[in-house]
Amino acid sequence: MVERTDNENPNGGSALKAETTAPDFTLSSGADEKVSLSDFRGRPVILAFYPADWSPVCGDQMALYNEVLPEFKRFNAELLGVSVDGVWCHRAYREHRNLHFRLLSDFEPKGEVARTYGVYRHGEGVTERALFVIDGEGRIAWSYVSPIEVNPGADGILNALESLSGKEVANVDKSNRRESQTKSASR
Amino acid sequence: MSTKATGARAKLSLPVGERDHIIGPEHAAVTLVEYGDYECPYCGAAQLIVKEVQKVMSNSLRFVFRHFPLTQIHPHAEVAAEAAESAGAQDRFWEMHDLLYANQQLLDPAHLVGFAEELSLDTVKFVQELRDHVHHEHVREDFTSGVRSGVNGTPAFFINGFRYDGSWQFGPLLKALEDASVDANAI
Repeated sequence: MVERTDNENPNGGSALKAETTAPDFTLSSGADEKVSLSDFRGRPVILAFYPADWSPVCGDQMALYNEVLPEFKRFNAELLGVSVDGVWCHRAYREHRNLHFRLLSDFEPKGEVARTYGVYRHGEGVTERALFVIDGEGRIAWSYVSPIEVNPGADGILNALESLSGKEVANVDKSNRRESQTKSASR
Repeated sequence: MSTKATGARAKLSLPVGERDHIIGPEHAAVTLVEYGDYECPYCGAAQLIVKEVQKVMSNSLRFVFRHFPLTQIHPHAEVAAEAAESAGAQDRFWEMHDLLYANQQLLDPAHLVGFAEELSLDTVKFVQELRDHVHHEHVREDFTSGVRSGVNGTPAFFINGFRYDGSWQFGPLLKALEDASVDANAI
């Protein structure tokens, strides 16, 4: 669980950046389900903070991500939407929009996780429209805060996932090479 | 890496090519690409405006349409897109495209077959292709190319390969296209 911090600056501070550890958290994703960030260790997580459920339909960010899910899946990535809305609101919204991913309620204490990630808007009591791509080891690989009225799309997320999977391939290559070197050395 | 270049305009990730549906002269100074969804009311409104600018720009504009169906909020968007592609396989893409936009409330399979009859298509082949989702892959390719180009909702426009974020009302869109035409001729 995250520690509550009361010393944020009134504008919400600045969002956590790449290369920092993603603070773990546990939030409700339904009336009877809680998820923790650490549940998804070993694969990428996309945290999509958004101000509120029920924004207009055609330009809706969550509706877009719903359609892009197969692309996220190709990278074995888990998408988690986060807002300060309560579980019942999320449930109605998910059902109405046919959303096929979890929406987490950063509801009590309100916006606690958003504060930890530096994406809480104190004046308005909602989260920024902010994206975090977190690698399999729980490190932030990419983050982006969009102007609140602008749907940031999914290209930034896909680019980040792509470079993560590139790194993984490179690491596997490296360890294979190392292995084969060791082997040839031992021969 | 925590910021996205908001100053730079998003670029079309998949250049216009043989796989596309293109209307207008091949060597036109301006290429307008639209990502659209046949069930989206905004796209329906934009279609009328695109028709108008095509009339005014005539020889200096070529228009390309790519599919961006938001299938979870528009239940008929995918099948309508596939219907347009199936008509395209019989060289009647643009006629079907116009019929779909003119009948946005009537995109269920029965009506789609009616449109195919109206266009004197080989309806057996048309129905077969819809049933087997022969054109699903092409539609998905369009969609993914849109996502990778930063499309965040519909309609989305690209002028000579760069995203156009201005208003798509007649006046502003025409001005943007005419400016692009001047720029292209200046090179």
